Amino acid sequence: MTLAAAVLPLLTVVVVLALIHRPLGDHMARTFTGTNDLRVERGFYRVLGVDPASSQSWRSYLTGVLAFSAVSVLLVYLQQRTQALLPYSLGLPAVPEGLGFNTAVSFVTNTNWQSYSPEVTLGYTVQMVGLAVQNFVSAAVGLAVAVAFVRAFVARRSATLGNFWVDLTRAVLRILLPGAVIAALILLSGGVIQNFNGFTTVATLTGGEQVIPGGPVASQEAIKMLGTNGGGFFNANSAHPFESPSPWTSVFQVLLMLAIPFSLPRTFGTMIGQRRQGYAILGAMAVISLVSFTAATLAELSAHGAAAQAAGSASEGKEQRFGIVGSVLFGSVSTLTSTGAVNSMHDSYTAIGGMLPLINMMLGEVAPGGVGSGLYGMLVLAVVTVFVSGLLVGRTPEYLGKRIGAREIKLASLYILTMPALVLAGTALSFAVPVLRADIDGTSILNPGLHGMSEVLYAFTSAANNNGSAFAGLTANTPWLNTALGVVMLLGRFLPIVFVLALAGAFAAQDRVPATAGTLPTDRVQSATLLVGVTVIVTALTFFPVLALGPLAEGLL
Amino acid sequence: MSSSRSTVRQLGTAVRALVLTLVLGVGYPLVITALGQAAFGDRADGQPVTLDGETVGSAIIGQGFTDAEGAALPQWFQSRPSAAGNGYDGGASGGSNLGPENPDLVAAIEERRATVAELEGANLSAVPADALTASASGLDPHISPEYALLQVPRVAAERGLDETDVEALVEENTQGPDLGYLGEQRVDVLQLNIALAALET
Amino acid sequence: MSTITEPAAGSSNSPAPEGNRPARTPGGAFSAAQLAEALPGAFRKLDPRQMFHTPVMFIVEVGAVLITAIAIAEPFLGGPEASGGSEVPASFAWLIAVWLWLTVLFANLAESVAEGRGKAQASSLRQARTGTTARVIRDYAADTDPGALRASIAEVPSSDLTLGDMVVIEANGLIPGDGEIVWGIASVDESAITGESAPVVRESGGDRSAVTGGTRVLSDRIVVRITSRPGDTFVDRMIRLVEGAERQKTPNEVALDILLATLSIVFTVVVLTINPIASSSGVSVSVPVLVALLVCLIPTTIGALLSVIGIAGMDRLVQRNVLAMSGRAVEAAGDVTTLLLDKTGTITYGNRRASEFVTVGGADRRELVTAAAQSSLSDPTPEGTSVVELAVTEGFIRSAVEGTVVPFSALTRMSGVDFPDGSAVRKGAGSAVREWVAAASGIVTAELDDAVTRISQLGGTPLVVAVRDASGRARVLGVVHLKDVVKDGLPERFAELRTMGIRTVMITGDNPLTAKAIAAEAGVDDYLAEATPEDKMRLIRREQEGGALVAMTGDGTNDAPALALADVGVAMNTGTSAAKEAGNMVDLDSDPTKLIEIVRIGKQLLITRGALTTFSIANDVAKYFAIIPAMFIGAFPGLAALNVMQLNSPSSAILAAVIFNALIIIALIPLSLRGVKYRAASASSTLDRNLLVYGLGGIIAPFIGIKAIDLVLSLIPGF
Repeated sequence: MTLAAAVLPLLTVVVVLALIHRPLGDHMARTFTGTNDLRVERGFYRVLGVDPASSQSWRSYLTGVLAFSAVSVLLVYLQQRTQALLPYSLGLPAVPEGLGFNTAVSFVTNTNWQSYSPEVTLGYTVQMVGLAVQNFVSAAVGLAVAVAFVRAFVARRSATLGNFWVDLTRAVLRILLPGAVIAALILLSGGVIQNFNGFTTVATLTGGEQVIPGGPVASQEAIKMLGTNGGGFFNANSAHPFESPSPWTSVFQVLLMLAIPFSLPRTFGTMIGQRRQGYAILGAMAVISLVSFTAATLAELSAHGAAAQAAGSASEGKEQRFGIVGSVLFGSVSTLTSTGAVNSMHDSYTAIGGMLPLINMMLGEVAPGGVGSGLYGMLVLAVVTVFVSGLLVGRTPEYLGKRIGAREIKLASLYILTMPALVLAGTALSFAVPVLRADIDGTSILNPGLHGMSEVLYAFTSAANNNGSAFAGLTANTPWLNTALGVVMLLGRFLPIVFVLALAGAFAAQDRVPATAGTLPTDRVQSATLLVGVTVIVTALTFFPVLALGPLAEGLL
Repeated sequence: MSSSRSTVRQLGTAVRALVLTLVLGVGYPLVITALGQAAFGDRADGQPVTLDGETVGSAIIGQGFTDAEGAALPQWFQSRPSAAGNGYDGGASGGSNLGPENPDLVAAIEERRATVAELEGANLSAVPADALTASASGLDPHISPEYALLQVPRVAAERGLDETDVEALVEENTQGPDLGYLGEQRVDVLQLNIALAALET
Repeated sequence: MSTITEPAAGSSNSPAPEGNRPARTPGGAFSAAQLAEALPGAFRKLDPRQMFHTPVMFIVEVGAVLITAIAIAEPFLGGPEASGGSEVPASFAWLIAVWLWLTVLFANLAESVAEGRGKAQASSLRQARTGTTARVIRDYAADTDPGALRASIAEVPSSDLTLGDMVVIEANGLIPGDGEIVWGIASVDESAITGESAPVVRESGGDRSAVTGGTRVLSDRIVVRITSRPGDTFVDRMIRLVEGAERQKTPNEVALDILLATLSIVFTVVVLTINPIASSSGVSVSVPVLVALLVCLIPTTIGALLSVIGIAGMDRLVQRNVLAMSGRAVEAAGDVTTLLLDKTGTITYGNRRASEFVTVGGADRRELVTAAAQSSLSDPTPEGTSVVELAVTEGFIRSAVEGTVVPFSALTRMSGVDFPDGSAVRKGAGSAVREWVAAASGIVTAELDDAVTRISQLGGTPLVVAVRDASGRARVLGVVHLKDVVKDGLPERFAELRTMGIRTVMITGDNPLTAKAIAAEAGVDDYLAEATPEDKMRLIRREQEGGALVAMTGDGTNDAPALALADVGVAMNTGTSAAKEAGNMVDLDSDPTKLIEIVRIGKQLLITRGALTTFSIANDVAKYFAIIPAMFIGAFPGLAALNVMQLNSPSSAILAAVIFNALIIIALIPLSLRGVKYRAASASSTLDRNLLVYGLGGIIAPFIGIKAIDLVLSLIPGF
């Protein structure tokens, strides 16, 4: 392993992001600030019965988000339950209630946790008309909420945040759909399949039989990555040669995952008219992700642990074409964004190497996080950071001219409280309640001992952060995990959205305090460093004990 | 009152927003399928490999070269261990998901090392890691050049071929990293074996 | 070191130099005696109903109770429970319990000490309030008998006075309540309130009509309309404020409380879930260890000292003789972005002073100096005296002047002396003196015009001096340059304010020309000339609409609306009661420059809170490295790698963290009382400095502290 081989793929990603974040970020800013509607959009608004010029209060905006998501959950659930009646079901039966609920929630919350194995559970119609549609719109919801939050910083004494239906429509039609079409064609050129062939059985070279799957994969793969969704068309996800045939398609998928989350700070900076503020956020995201990726790569290359030592390399669960660096790059990015796609099996990573994807999620999916959710998560952390550091300079803390008072800090606190509470409570309940524990130990956990706990912890962390990746040895298709993870995904997605929009309402209603020499600047290296510090310390303090009981203990055996 | 009315109204809007499902769930994939089939044909269909008019697999999906019991057929280059179904099952992709300290995995690796070393008549330490570990997809079409080269003497012997010819074949079928630096060197086992079969005739 | 002077029993007419007020306690320091005094209070505060108001410390108390119960029960249940695979010594639970109780006690002690300082001040104030008899006028007739010389008087206890009562106070009488003089003039000893021994003059009408209950009339007789309800006089309010009884949490304090509560909830969840999750590996941690971890993680340091910081902040203001009506106002002071400063008294000395003699028409300089001095000798105004003072420096010798003094009048706008030989000197406004000279067939040269214009342009006031000789011929000798003198050091202070991000605006009734000159000299950022009260209001509104927070001082009744509108309105104690009501602070020294001090104190208050919060959270890093390996090392020996401090044993590590956690509260009491040092600097560099000290320091200090305590504990057998 030469240093160049380890560094060049990363460098490629950095260079491409540096090139595209400006046009993409500015395009998104224009999309959400422009007043002109495309003709096709005007058609949509007529169908929806929405006046595109109207603006909603935070409560109304939230109602829109929740109503849309509720209808979506119901739709995806019904499609699964009636699968047998749908075309291209490949002869697969209706999805059972528990699994159907879990899957519907999973895709609507942008999590894409998969308790099911797609090849034996879902036909093309549910994948295309149900899941892939949610890949678009759940990402669009994230973008809409983020944009509403950003508008709150621009607004002065305003009661409204924009129109959810307009933001949703524009996010889909001007950003995600064009992006997905381009990405799908590039993936197709790389060998990702797109057909309706179903399963075909062939006689192999040695005279055996092999089942070769088909499916509309490229169209789904494109939005799965671009929308940081991550739900694989196949069980092996992006490790499957039909989802990602070559190293470059894998790196291209990495770029798709990062494109929007790493461009949104630019959008943010452009919308508030202070680009440097956006770059401070971007800088904090970049530092965290670079450090995490480096640590994970070193851990995997070290081949620490019994299995890796026995094999001579941590290659269990990794594809030959991607290698260790390509696998870790994908795994890191997938967990740093809230994508959760995998091109290697995290469950088989070395203990410390597997802890880093877990930590990436525990950071709260903010570096750079999911489409939209990463930006609003990081901005909430910035609010908390500025609150503490603002006190340190002797002023009532203010961020971008908005004062952070009791109401604001309460909402930010609730936001930050939600995820750890869900992760820890879910994991603890799984082991504390005897009947659940019997199920977890007996059915769900694949690996014994410390690693088994890590599988459960990983599942709840993934669900609460709407990531969707897994220590996939865990059998999650059980009544307890389908239900618990489903509830955790719902709460992990929508409680923070409630708090963010309420916070947006509070900020929008405020006037903007002008910046003076006494105002704490938030667009410098100093503030970005502080933001990184707060993000890391909050996470470390919250999760150090459980990590010590799982991957740390395992890695330090 | 007005807030509950607004909730009901927005629920109505949400239902009407199902029009998006038509665009994104039907229109979009069909357009991509049409474009894909038109522009990329074979690729969009998974690059089927035909031998004598019969499809024998996909150029990018690995397959096993073992007997029904899973024992290696010595005249063929062997793929990596697979956790997909009973091995290279395209209907059940996936990895083993065995953890880094899992004793079953450690035992399996040691057993494979012994088996491969014996099969190839090589030192235990000469067996590369990809020969000992299952891939993520269970459908990994590739092995490392080291593993391919390790198999050359055995395959050549089985088929009565010159080792240098077989070695040349391996080198021919060795693909470097994409763009020279992305990913690993790799050998597509199915392609190699087809070439191998062609060499004999 | 501090001493508390017991107030003299019953106040006397001859105020002691220090007044009746206690000696100022130096900020931050506290003595053993104070600790001893505070101890009973600290124990009283253990009452859970009181503890509940500080959630962080309440959690610690609950933990202490729990561990005490366990320590008592353990011997009957077969000795101490092993934790995380490690045996613990028999005394472990007891030691944890003791230190948890000490943690709570230390927090309470800190609060008691802070409150104790206020109590001492309050008790001296109470002296001023007790035992006054009010002489209430029955049927007060404002028109016919404003002095109530003939009205009938009833004697009632001051505590029975109600709003609107008219009372009469004569020399040596205590003023029974806050009120407004409606008739009369008196000199009043206000030392009980202000600590200032010199008596002040109070008179009806105008801006010096307010009197405060508990102060003493030294001479004359006044009629006062009571303007406060019983029990709600200024002194009452002061007592409540300094005692902290009326202490309401300030907005930032509430916000910080929420953040601390959130952290506490997070850590409670973390600790509650440890055992269920550890059970997956068959490991169980004992309750004392879990409670120890929880107490170490929740922000006890700032939780314990938060109220102390608030009380001490108010106290610092009181020590500078400023009474804030609410903590909110103190915090707002830290946020101020625009300071409105009255020119007179704040930026310049209250009065113009003579700064220069300018001769014209070839007059003799000596003659000019003498004439100017002579014409001012009988002028008692500060301007007059300043002319004489300047003349003395130029060689004028004070001596009695024979002749008729012509005092200044609004009509003549001149003052001077008519000598017995028929000669005369005059000094006054240019036009008046010109007329006087012209009347005596004198000539006014263009040179005079030049001098007058030049002085005006410099923002000064020209006083023309002329003389008429015995023959009746008058001539102009020259001009005295009267100048607003900017107080020393102001430009530097304004520059400091600028680096703090505060804009200064000078308010003056002067014409724009004068205003501009003074503004430039003083170094203020902006000025408002020829300001009317309406202009002032408009300025405040405009600033606030731009998002600025405005602070101002004022004393007159016409300042009241502006004081009320400003975010921080500091009323001068000499001002009217309307002004005092409208403002949210009262400066007992009536020193307008104190606004700058107030801003600093406001900032210091916030910084101290932020510093201790940062320190408290940063501490957790080291505590984790002490406790987490200790908790599980028995079950997972590999975690020894995390024992970076190489602590002696699991028990000693955990106990050391708990002890450090308790002792750090005591160690930081002086800092919370004194406040973090604040230097005027940009926000960015202030942050750098404080982060380095309290953030990085907060990470490093406990590593050293815990290691040191662990070394001591390792000497105890069993640890």
